[in-house]
Amino acid sequence: MAKLPKKEELLQYNYQVPATDWMDTPVEFKPGTYCYGAKGKNLEAVGFPNARDWSPSEEDWKLPEDWKGTVLEGIADRLSKYRSFRLFMDICVRCGACADKCHFYIGSGDPKNMPVLRAELLRSIYRRYFTTSGKLLGRLAGARDLTEEVIKEWWYYFFQCTECRRCSVYCPYGIDQAEITMMGRELLNLLGLNTDWISGPVANCYLKGNHVGLEPQTIMSNIEIMLEDIETITGKKIEPRFNRKGAEILFVAPSGDLFADPGIYTCMGYLMLFEQIGLDYTMSTYASEGGNFGFFTSNEMAKRLNAKIYAEAKRLGVKWILGGECGHMWRVINQYMDTWNGPADFLEVPVSPITGTKFTNAASTKMVHITEFTADLIYHNKIKLDPSRNDHLRVTFHDSCNTARGMGLLEEPRYILQKVCNHFYEMPEETIREKTLCCGSGAGLNAGENMEMRLRGGFPRANAVRYVHERYGVNVLANICAIDRAAFPALMNYWVPGVEVMGVHELLGNALVMDGEIERTMDLRMRPLPGKGDDDDV
Amino acid sequence: MKIWAPLLAVLALVIIAWLGAGVFEWTSLFGIIIPYTAFAILVLGFIYRVIKWAQSPVPFRIPTTCGQQESLPWIKQDKIENPSKTWEVVGRMALEILFFRSLFRNTQTEKREDKLGFGSSKWLWLGSLVFHWSMLIIVLRHLRYFLYPVPAFVQGLEKLDGFLQVGVPVLYLTDVFVVLGITYLFLRRVVIPQVKYISLAADYFPLFLLLGIATSGILMRYGLKVDIASVKDFAMSLVTFKPQVIPEIGTIFYVHLFLVSSLVAYFPWSKLMHAGGIFMSPTRNLANNSRAVRHINPWNYEVKTHTYEEYEDEFREKMRKVGLPLERE
Ligand code: SF4
Ligand code: SF4
Repeated sequence: MAKLPKKEELLQYNYQVPATDWMDTPVEFKPGTYCYGAKGKNLEAVGFPNARDWSPSEEDWKLPEDWKGTVLEGIADRLSKYRSFRLFMDICVRCGACADKCHFYIGSGDPKNMPVLRAELLRSIYRRYFTTSGKLLGRLAGARDLTEEVIKEWWYYFFQCTECRRCSVYCPYGIDQAEITMMGRELLNLLGLNTDWISGPVANCYLKGNHVGLEPQTIMSNIEIMLEDIETITGKKIEPRFNRKGAEILFVAPSGDLFADPGIYTCMGYLMLFEQIGLDYTMSTYASEGGNFGFFTSNEMAKRLNAKIYAEAKRLGVKWILGGECGHMWRVINQYMDTWNGPADFLEVPVSPITGTKFTNAASTKMVHITEFTADLIYHNKIKLDPSRNDHLRVTFHDSCNTARGMGLLEEPRYILQKVCNHFYEMPEETIREKTLCCGSGAGLNAGENMEMRLRGGFPRANAVRYVHERYGVNVLANICAIDRAAFPALMNYWVPGVEVMGVHELLGNALVMDGEIERTMDLRMRPLPGKGDDDDV
Repeated sequence: MKIWAPLLAVLALVIIAWLGAGVFEWTSLFGIIIPYTAFAILVLGFIYRVIKWAQSPVPFRIPTTCGQQESLPWIKQDKIENPSKTWEVVGRMALEILFFRSLFRNTQTEKREDKLGFGSSKWLWLGSLVFHWSMLIIVLRHLRYFLYPVPAFVQGLEKLDGFLQVGVPVLYLTDVFVVLGITYLFLRRVVIPQVKYISLAADYFPLFLLLGIATSGILMRYGLKVDIASVKDFAMSLVTFKPQVIPEIGTIFYVHLFLVSSLVAYFPWSKLMHAGGIFMSPTRNLANNSRAVRHINPWNYEVKTHTYEEYEDEFREKMRKVGLPLERE
């Protein structure tokens, strides 16, 4: 991993444009800004083309024989399959409204990170080979030849887009660079040009059921540790069951929550909640991943990974599915899952067994977001909360790009937060809800080797966090996303030290009053609660 | 090059029309054949492009949601920014198409040392709105030449447009606004470095062409006056398909007509098709209801997956050890 530059160095950029036209400005592979190349064995595991080890820093990318033909055919194929792609290639007017909306542009000043130019990288090839004006007028029409340099440029910039869709919110035609990036990544994938950080988790997820590659026994022992902690904190011994047939509900979380700090605290929150309300549920070691890194390679791979969820729900004979806190997981569930792998006619329209609420908004997909589920519980007074247990925390909320712009799940988590803590502060208007700024690490970019780029991409978000940190003393960045939980700690450490990262259900777990629990003296991180227990008389 | 080439191209079009119709007096070519052809290209081209887009299916329901989803009954849904029903989508589209809703959101990002600021920035929205609405009203006003009797709404529009009552003939506000709008859109392309950086010749060409059209039109009305009655006779002859050139109309009229013909013939092959495309944009024209109603992908196909059986086969021993239930012992 390249050494991290100092803040001052990182901020030595501006929004001036280079003297040379973008077509004449070659891409520079600076360490710290890009990911490692995919390993051959990981591509092979899922049958991706041109499986071999390669490195983007080398001159020779070991492209397949007829790579050009493959790419052009690939474009033609996708133009005929996706109206979005064809339309977005045609109707951009280059008004620039999207330009300064991308966190990577805002944080790097690199004009090719303006969404419109990121699109032009591909659009210029589209014009050259698929439009008459491009064929005739060439460069004057904004067209250019497809060369290996272009492929490298694509790779560099399509893996510098987190598919966050912020640009799409501001575009007068809704042109969504995320959609174009997806097409670009599919094309690159045809040449075996993926990143290590994406193809590794894809292979893991395919074979072992989850991105982090947890085998069944490891999942069980991870959970075991969480259960011990829960017992220490609450005095309650709970025993969730896995792969259990006949449960009413299948609960699927992002595997990050089963794996590492701080996701595990969120997971403890889920487990405590389910225990308290006596939910008849099971988790699965096979469908142990709600997230979907396949989504960052190709539509087909995403579908292949996603298929596990319905398959497992069917095998276990549950009635419906509940999903944990994760961003891109929910983009996929909300906008793709049913289309790919439905109809889920073996399931029932979800009904909360506790409140009787029927989730008609999930009538077909039959999968409910946990914050919808929990907000409903709280609204109907089905759980007891003591928000003062979070009084040591001053909380703000980061909307994940995917749940905000690919779903519109905005109020549910906020409602929960308002009920589980007494100090909640919003970041500035222009940086939340549908205008939320990305963590800079989504869409498979949360590797270590591209940390500089992640820090840049995360800077706009951090800047808004810093604002509430300085103004209100905010010390917790709450979120509903496993990638956020994995990515933000490092980012906060760098940009706004003193701000911790917590899932909404971790905060809920702190506040949740459980039947027969001991007096809480610790939060879920096993740190003393100020003003409670031990230090009462200090 | 990106600016000069289109500027020269438009000047060339002006000269061609001036020479062709004014000097060589090929009036039937410039008055009848070219306009008819151009109009046919517009109509057929537009249809062709829309069909071409429509031929590619919308495999996934991918609206960009810009507000609260429909979920629990006590949470207020933002029906316009995150529609879940068809009529709500219609509302969202109407706001986009008529009032450029998304452009209205525009902000400007500023970096001051180690801090970022997001200021409001409505100029682009205002400039575009002024330009597009003026264009629309001008086109509608032109109906007075093609319809007999002139419909009341066209007359009303003219009244409204000229309500300032300055000058003879009365000054139309839209004439001023359209020129201001085009000028603004041009200036921001050359003045704002980022916008200049992304601009192509294809972005300047329509602006110059529109400016040429507006200028020639304005000249005709306020300066080099043409005989309106003959223009009307001529226009009527075109729409009734009994085309007849009327010699007395000034050359400036042919310049105007030729530039308009160029624009409409160019329209379907250019970025101007955003006018049609905006209606078809899947991030805007779909309801966010894919969890409630299954969206069908016409080319959905079977894929190879890693089944539970394969998984259990691989991990059976390990699963047994930790007490996980098995399908096959
Ligand atoms: S906002 Fe839309 S139309 Fe404008 S430059 Fe960006 S993608 Fe193109
Ligand atoms: S989707 Fe997000 S990361 Fe990608 S170009 Fe748009 S704003 Fe930037």
